[in-house]
Amino acid sequence: MKLRDLFEEIWSALFSNKARSGLTILGIVIGIGSVIAMIAIGQGSQSSIESSIQSLGSNLILITPGAQRGVGVQVSQGRGSSQTLTREDAEEILSQVPNVTAVSPEVSGRYQVTAKGTNTNTSINGVVAAYPSVRNVEIEFGNFLNDQNVKALSKVAVIGPSVRDDLFGEDADSSKVIGQTIRIKGINFTIVGITKEKGGSGFNNQDDVIYVPITVAQQYMTGGNYVSTIAVQAADESAMATVQSDITALLMDRHNVATADFSTMNQADIVATASSITGTFTILLGSVAGISLVVGGIGIMNMMLTTVTERTREIGLKKAIGAKRKDINYQFLGEAIMLTFIGGIFGIILGWLASFIANQFFSVATEVSMFSVVLSFGVSGAIGIIFGYYPANRASKLNPIEALRYE
Amino acid sequence: MIECKNIVKSYINGGEEVQVLKNLNFSISDGEFVAITGPSGSGKSTLMHILGALDTPTSGEYKLDGKNITDFSDNELANIRNKKIGFVFQAFNLLARSTVLRNVMLPLIYAEVPRNEREGIARMALKSAGLDEAQYNKKSNQLSGGQMQRVAIARALVNNPSLILADEPTGNLDTKTGEIVLKTFEGLNRKQHHTIILITHELTVAEHADRLILIRDGVITDDYKTKK
Repeated sequence: MKLRDLFEEIWSALFSNKARSGLTILGIVIGIGSVIAMIAIGQGSQSSIESSIQSLGSNLILITPGAQRGVGVQVSQGRGSSQTLTREDAEEILSQVPNVTAVSPEVSGRYQVTAKGTNTNTSINGVVAAYPSVRNVEIEFGNFLNDQNVKALSKVAVIGPSVRDDLFGEDADSSKVIGQTIRIKGINFTIVGITKEKGGSGFNNQDDVIYVPITVAQQYMTGGNYVSTIAVQAADESAMATVQSDITALLMDRHNVATADFSTMNQADIVATASSITGTFTILLGSVAGISLVVGGIGIMNMMLTTVTERTREIGLKKAIGAKRKDINYQFLGEAIMLTFIGGIFGIILGWLASFIANQFFSVATEVSMFSVVLSFGVSGAIGIIFGYYPANRASKLNPIEALRYE
Repeated sequence: MIECKNIVKSYINGGEEVQVLKNLNFSISDGEFVAITGPSGSGKSTLMHILGALDTPTSGEYKLDGKNITDFSDNELANIRNKKIGFVFQAFNLLARSTVLRNVMLPLIYAEVPRNEREGIARMALKSAGLDEAQYNKKSNQLSGGQMQRVAIARALVNNPSLILADEPTGNLDTKTGEIVLKTFEGLNRKQHHTIILITHELTVAEHADRLILIRDGVITDDYKTKK
């Protein structure tokens, strides 16, 4: 039997039973569609998280107080839970460790902030003048804090765009916000600058923050000489590993401890950790969606088995007029593959549409990759073959005499 | 030319061997119109399956056009059925979803006859079977019983087989339509010299043939020319 004839036979068989074929296809459409949409959401969040980690700064090494537990990389250990790092540690790193271009000790906490009758709860970061270069922060209006501010304990603040919107309204004139006074923990601060928007959301919103001199933050808010993070910028990427071990050696020496009472983490580790987390997340989403694809496949098998039973006489007749086993086999296998193929096409369209809608209306980062399209297309074809094989094989093995007698 | 020598067919039923056909010997020449008749359970259907290459005998020799097809493989038997044998069934067995023409072209598709030749051959077969041209593009389930059986006859004719096997072809038709179908077979035999084997349990139907083979309990009890 020629391929074109086979195709015509398959098409006419499927088309003659539109409702059943349509419902079976729907199962595959939902399966493929959800796989594509879920992988798109997973990969979208992966790249959005990676880019926001990159935006934290370049060639960055973060030192946080508290020992590193177990193997692997620690993402967070409750900042401020131990107090082992000081501003002097930071100064020593800058002066002692080669290939370090800038060091930024930081303290942070969340406080209520008021300004002219409005208030917001936001993160207050006590930082030094080197902060913007280490952390990739840019100033849109005014200036960042300078060394003089830090030394003189000046009550000045630089605010993020979200804080500006919260305190002064979204249509506030930024140039007029400079010079205004805000109140944190009963102390008045004068706004000297507004940072450029960086994006990010939820816990990771780098725009919802107020920067004050670290000395002021330590004296009036956190108390003591301790810092919650020291961010170190290495001269280049290749020097990062050496810088990281030099810092570890220096700090252990300074703290006079045998095991580190702090943890260091370089940006590559953070990206790797985040990637592995989002990767797992993507796999999880994909597998949940994959279950519906398998259910769709079982739907195909169910339909094909019913079809073979219903069309037993047709199979008998075709064998009587000269159809070989393989002709019958190809016909039913072809029908199963055609169902998944059509389901695959509509599923890809549905998945694309779903991720587009999620992106446009629910601000979920999505990224439909060619890989997931090819994967789900391959999987749908494979499902057609796997779930169509048994019914087709059963059909081809029918005895023509018994098939013709079938009532 | 059909030659059957010592054809035996037996089945195992409940652990015991049951002989359905017991040492049948006969031959049918090209262009003959033969009826095989007998009561139900006589073994005529089993014989038809063997003659139609749907089944093989337990022992004995069945030669079709000089070839012993007794130990042919599945695929070889499918080829024989496609090229040498045309079937007409009691229940017509047409594909309801396909048009009349498509139904008749089906054996040509399996024979891989080029597409552009198929329709012409199918039309000729339908003409020989006496179906009005207005029906050719209708779906087969839109036809009457008599028309459906003519489509089935055309389908049996389309590959120009050596043998047409008709299994109770009038069983689902009223007497008048059945008569027309039988006349169609007679015409095909007389004018186009097709070899036809009619399997029926009705003697009145069998008598349309030129020769009658009577079978009872798996044995040929009579074989004679009718008086027609």
